[in-house]
Amino acid sequence: MNYTFQFGVALDRLPDLIPGAWLSLEIALLSFWGGALLGLLLASFKTYGGPVTRRCADVYVTFFTNTPVLIQIYFIFWGLPDAGIVLSAFTSVVVGLTLNTGAYLCEIMRGGFLSVRNTEMEAAATLGFSRWQQIRYVIVPHIVKTIYPALANYAVVLTLGTSMAMIFGVEELTGRAFNLASENYRHLEMFTVVAGLYVVLTLVVSLGLALAGRKVFRVKVKLI
Amino acid sequence: MDRFINQLITFFQPETLGLLFQAIGLTITLTVIGCVTGFICAFLVVYARQSQGWLALPVRIAAILFVELFRRIPFLVITYLVLFFLAVIVKGASLFIIAIVAISIYATAYLSEIIRTGLESVPRQQIEAAQAMNFSRWQTLINVIIPQSWPAVLPPAFAFMVAFVKDTSLVSQIGVFELAFRGRELVNQGMSGLFAFGMISLIYFLLSYPLTRLGRRLERRLAPSRHQKS
Repeated sequence: MNYTFQFGVALDRLPDLIPGAWLSLEIALLSFWGGALLGLLLASFKTYGGPVTRRCADVYVTFFTNTPVLIQIYFIFWGLPDAGIVLSAFTSVVVGLTLNTGAYLCEIMRGGFLSVRNTEMEAAATLGFSRWQQIRYVIVPHIVKTIYPALANYAVVLTLGTSMAMIFGVEELTGRAFNLASENYRHLEMFTVVAGLYVVLTLVVSLGLALAGRKVFRVKVKLI
Repeated sequence: MDRFINQLITFFQPETLGLLFQAIGLTITLTVIGCVTGFICAFLVVYARQSQGWLALPVRIAAILFVELFRRIPFLVITYLVLFFLAVIVKGASLFIIAIVAISIYATAYLSEIIRTGLESVPRQQIEAAQAMNFSRWQTLINVIIPQSWPAVLPPAFAFMVAFVKDTSLVSQIGVFELAFRGRELVNQGMSGLFAFGMISLIYFLLSYPLTRLGRRLERRLAPSRHQKS
């Protein structure tokens, strides 16, 4: 092995990598919130909907959880233009990740919906809670407590998943690193630095979510 | 519509189908090898992580670092790291080997977390009882812990393996000739993206859906034994 590591070269470009990390976070955030809304919709279809809506939600979730995200984004980015819909790389990635996240979060949220027992609602009704109060003080806290750890976990997975955007030429952390490394062929050092940045990024995400969970929802989330 | 039928005909040409089946085979091979090596390595990592005494401290720290770090690095970046790193150490390592190494690292990191949670679900008294009967650490693991933690490990491990079929699509990025790569090739050859990627996702679906069903059945069958214990 006659290779001299020159981490200096890669570390010098750290200021150029930071905007990439922000873009990664942005993609993750957009698709997480989009996916959460979609997942909520699908989960309520699946739990409270009629036979037809339930079937539709079922098919959607089954299909999206059983095919790779990568192929879904390929389909959006390289397939849809054939049908006349041209989306930018960034939009394609966000849309693809959102559709996929929606399917996975639907499963998580449905678990939360099902965990609310009828007796809890009856107890709340006995105490004279109005319908809105039941939702606000009984259902939501219960559901959040059940699903929050799983959601936080998925947020980290999604943050890692945004690295796929580089394949479509989006200049997020991985893509940016690749382009920067092409200037001096120090790919190995550059990607080691990027790996470190991803570790920091996901630790920040986990920490933020754990703190938010503890403060807002009084849920204890394991950090590591 | 004419165009669609034309593409259907090209798609079902023997040579196209042959290459496609090769790609399917490669996807399955990658998944199986990755899961098997991942499972074995993950087991060793967990064993190292649960070692006792301060002499084994470096081993423990290494195991913890390995798992915690690689679970926080995207699979794509792991693949690139392995690609560039192996290019330095081994001259002329094939892309297949690189993909296998990357996949194994990824699987090891995730599976060891699953195995560890499973092993820790065994009540503490069981281990103490085994110690009282002078079982060695290895004996305790094989005869006491593993038989009891099996139902807790298997369903999530199986779910991970199902997800793994889809995750292998990312190694197409370094040029391994598996399904996702084949899909892009088809588009480059002039096939409509809608059709080609539709077909590829259908194939992935056919690979993954039976496994999902099997996993769900497995979970349901193993669930009662878990309730009995507590």
